[in-house]
Amino acid sequence: MNSGPAIAVMVAIIVLTATAGDVFMASAMRAVGDLDRIKAARGLRGAIWAVVSEGRFLAGVVWMALSFFALLFSLSHADVSLIAPAAGSLTFVSNALAAKYLLHENVDRRRWLAAVFVCCGVALLKH
Amino acid sequence: MNLRRYLILGVVALSSALGDTFMSIGMKRIGPVPLSHPGELLSALQTPWVLGGVLLLLVFFASYLTALTWADLTFVLPATSFAYVALALLSRFWLQEQISTARWLGIALITAGVGFVTQGPAYTPRHSSDHP
Repeated sequence: MNSGPAIAVMVAIIVLTATAGDVFMASAMRAVGDLDRIKAARGLRGAIWAVVSEGRFLAGVVWMALSFFALLFSLSHADVSLIAPAAGSLTFVSNALAAKYLLHENVDRRRWLAAVFVCCGVALLKH
Repeated sequence: MNLRRYLILGVVALSSALGDTFMSIGMKRIGPVPLSHPGELLSALQTPWVLGGVLLLLVFFASYLTALTWADLTFVLPATSFAYVALALLSRFWLQEQISTARWLGIALITAGVGFVTQGPAYTPRHSSDHP
């Protein structure tokens, strides 16, 4: 189970589920809108309800939970010093791709540079 | 972007780093939890450090969701990646862990990435029909 391809598959699953979680969460919060305005109009309870009753928020929570358990599973088969930086850094790049093509965000050169710098920086932090 | 929103991004980064640090201290004091006794993880929640870590991570999640209502994912994630730098500095100066040259280089790269993204616009105007 500790072979290169098996570890690559585990990292890929963590990255994909984490990216799906972030994308659904971002999409949900964009749909909910300005929480300050909602809180002013309907109070804190109304703001919390606006978030948790959004379907994409719940989908995001499910994907994030899947990512968490995929991470736990992979940590029982491979070193944290390999899995954590690989998954953590690649998620920045996959999120940038998903945000561009699924959320239609304006990912300009500045944002690509930021994603690549942070990706490399996170990978180096674990050394 | 205004001062309040930059403060929220700061709260996202700091609560994440502090939450992880609290959890790390708490779980190291408890010791290894065997997979055959997952219930021990629940008793870990009764220790002050782990409980504090969970509360800080709740603060992180609430502020992260708030930030996503007025900023793009590709702005929020790199901008709040300063948490990694804060976590490394907390590890060095609070937990007395050693930081290698590669780690300092990583900190520099992340700081540069944060600098890049926060100089640009935070938000992409769009139609409400755009969703995955």
